Amino acid sequence: MNHSLVEIQDLTHTYPDGTEAVHRVSLRIRNGESVAVVGANGAGKSTLLLHLNGSLIPQNGTIRVGDVHITKATLSDIRRTVGMIFQDPDDQLFMPTVAEDVAFGPISLGLAPEEVERRVTAALHQVHATHLRDRPPYKLSGGEKRLAAIATVLAMTPDILVMDEPSSNLDPRARRALIELLAGFRQTKIIATHDLDLVLDLCERTVVLREGRIMADGPTSDIFAADRLLAESHLEKPLRLQACPVCSRRGPMTAPLPGFGRNSNPDEPEGNRARQ
Amino acid sequence: MHMADALLSPAIGGTFWAASAGAIAWCAKKVQQGLDDRNVPLMGVLGAFIFAAQMINFTIPGTGSSGHIGGGILLAILLGPYAALLTIASVLVVQALFFADGGLLALGCNIFNMGFLPCFLAYPLLYKPIAGSGKSRRRIAIGAIFAAIAGMQLGAFGVVCETVLSGISALPMHTFLWAMLPIHLAIGLIEGLITASVVTFVWQARPEILDCAAGAHPQSSAPITKVLICLAVAAALISGVCSWFASKAPDGLEWSIARVTGQKELAAPLAGIHGSLAGLQEKTALLPGYGFRNSGQEPAVHLEGQSAWPAVDPGATVAGLVGGGLTFLLIIWLALVFRKRRRAA
Amino acid sequence: MPTIESAFFELHRLDHLAAQDSVIHRLDARIKVLIIVAFLVCVISFDKYEIAAMLPFALFLIVVLGLGGIPSGFVINKLILVIPLAVLIGLFNPIYDQQPLMQLGAVTISGGWISLFSLLLRFCLTVGAVLALIATTGFNTVCMALEQLGMPAVFAVQLLLLYRYLFVLVEEGQRLDRARKLRSFQGRGLGMRAFAPLIGNLLLRTLDRSQRIHLAMRCRGFDGAIRTCRLRRLNSRDVLVLVVAGGVLFAMRVFDGPSLLGRFVTGLLA
Repeated sequence: MNHSLVEIQDLTHTYPDGTEAVHRVSLRIRNGESVAVVGANGAGKSTLLLHLNGSLIPQNGTIRVGDVHITKATLSDIRRTVGMIFQDPDDQLFMPTVAEDVAFGPISLGLAPEEVERRVTAALHQVHATHLRDRPPYKLSGGEKRLAAIATVLAMTPDILVMDEPSSNLDPRARRALIELLAGFRQTKIIATHDLDLVLDLCERTVVLREGRIMADGPTSDIFAADRLLAESHLEKPLRLQACPVCSRRGPMTAPLPGFGRNSNPDEPEGNRARQ
Repeated sequence: MHMADALLSPAIGGTFWAASAGAIAWCAKKVQQGLDDRNVPLMGVLGAFIFAAQMINFTIPGTGSSGHIGGGILLAILLGPYAALLTIASVLVVQALFFADGGLLALGCNIFNMGFLPCFLAYPLLYKPIAGSGKSRRRIAIGAIFAAIAGMQLGAFGVVCETVLSGISALPMHTFLWAMLPIHLAIGLIEGLITASVVTFVWQARPEILDCAAGAHPQSSAPITKVLICLAVAAALISGVCSWFASKAPDGLEWSIARVTGQKELAAPLAGIHGSLAGLQEKTALLPGYGFRNSGQEPAVHLEGQSAWPAVDPGATVAGLVGGGLTFLLIIWLALVFRKRRRAA
Repeated sequence: MPTIESAFFELHRLDHLAAQDSVIHRLDARIKVLIIVAFLVCVISFDKYEIAAMLPFALFLIVVLGLGGIPSGFVINKLILVIPLAVLIGLFNPIYDQQPLMQLGAVTISGGWISLFSLLLRFCLTVGAVLALIATTGFNTVCMALEQLGMPAVFAVQLLLLYRYLFVLVEEGQRLDRARKLRSFQGRGLGMRAFAPLIGNLLLRTLDRSQRIHLAMRCRGFDGAIRTCRLRRLNSRDVLVLVVAGGVLFAMRVFDGPSLLGRFVTGLLA
């Protein structure tokens, strides 16, 4: 699978107030890859992500997803291929119950009621949230909201998952469960985050953004070894890689904590790490 | 200034329900035709915003008491009249269902007073001409203040009219007006000041939002005729009901005198049904002696007459008291039974 | 006037009650809406001097609330919150309406007092009825019922979205309010000068949120219309319930039960 799935070329985006959020960014992402996009606040991560499913149309440069270039005309195709998980799940869950919210996308696609129902059940099952089905979104905890939001996207059966800060506002246990869950997904993943420990667990490749430009792009282990690059980009080495007398002995390959491996596939993250 | 179910007569409640339902249907059509699907989430969250904004109180200068924003004119300025009416109506529905502000049947009156009047009178006739195309901060502020005051006065006037016409409260019209209008002038002024400062704040921070609202809903020129037609229809409806009502019940006091002397009776709004039922009831009277004093001469009035306290018939009074007391005891007993059942469960 | 904070606490409580299960909860929402509307119309169509004849409606309400498992304390609290308004308006009745209407031994009771108590009873019945509907049905279901009873779909979606974001935004408003209060001393900073930018900021954030929600909708194929899930079709049992309840209400409205009962009892005693 060397065919690149997403190809961004010379993307530049300037906001109406004159801020240049993204400057001549070029990126190729292969099918099945997990790519982290990291950088300081305001480095252009969100702007880049918003381009990936056509929420922003490229002003300069091009984006190709599969065989389709992102333009106004191809938006509906793009949005079926690229699923976007927002930073605040409250923005994404706007229907009265979780099940209706998950069904929103499939119904909008014009699928038959049976197929909608099948997809809703499958998506909720995939995120282990079948029990949340009839609950209203405002009664969910932060972690449950996140799961529901992911299910709404999975119900569209996207090939690519784009996530903005998936681990923000989660308690440690919910965060761990989320990492396990995401590690089990076979879709191509593009994750913008400040949570570098999560990157270590999920992404074999990391792109560092600074002031709208790509500073580095390479294997996660290499990036995290470059102390100077991290410092310049307002980042910090993941805690697990810092020289703590306990952690450094155990190293980054720590197995998932016992008790959090609920329904997860422990081989998958190991496999990812082996490639680092 | 929510109108409550308990203060309404069915005729007034029904009329305003019909008027407001029509207004909602019309605005829903307009919003759908607008083809700007950004409005769907925008209206939803702005409705919720009104509640959130009401969480935050401010101290009213000089009084020490605190107030909060009502938001009707603010919504009209941000959304244009059609979407604003729907949003205000949705806020009122939530208030009626959850906060016991108003009620289901009074919704018609409330949507009319707090939605229709500000959106389709105060906004197009005051805010739009004064604020113009929204290029001057001062004009926006003055327009917002005047529109808010006018909207509030119109709404208060609506409440008074609806209450007096319903005849449940014995307050005479002029006394009620004297109580309501000055207070609402003050409330309207404060609402206007707040609306003006919030709108100018938004205008300074993000001018495109107001431009967008103004541009997306051209309302200033042509639709004025529509507004006027709409008002004429509403006025005709209301005056129709009023005159019908007035001819039946010239005035609250006279009405009650007539009731006491039993000479002149008010036909219930459902007179037709009641009349025929009263006839039926006469034929199938359950208890001998339950015959009503006037039933022979005025069958159509049977029901209303029966429910009045016939002062000249002490027997009926005692019967009413005894029966009412027994029913009341039954209510208490049932409440206790259910309470016990709940405890046990 | 209840404070908005406590009102929101109640909101959660109502939501919780609506999630229970009972005979009343299981009734079709459309049927419940229709019955409650019939109930309200009956109650407000009573003459303004009527008290006893309205009591059977209280009985009806008690049965509904009891079967629906709604705690009486909850209902009473709610009534206590609204009764001051009723008293405020009703108190003018004894002043303006002094026609003697009832003779009880030596005591003459004026029409104003009777209509005041009638008004209070109306308040309790109408508020209680709406409470019974929402506490046994839930807001979203009521909305869908109303939509199927002919409310425009745009308005139904508006209500659903409003209710969804009510919780999110009210919490935001509460946080802002708390943050401001914590830094205000002797009431300074609570005036209108600081208020406008505060509300303005909340408004801007709300507008941003609406853009993000729109984006999220577009990402999932939103084309301007939201399809709400529809309630099941009415069956004969629903219709039967409607007919029976409607019949009971109608009978209670037409026949003055307490009066009949009173005459019967006094007849027995005499």
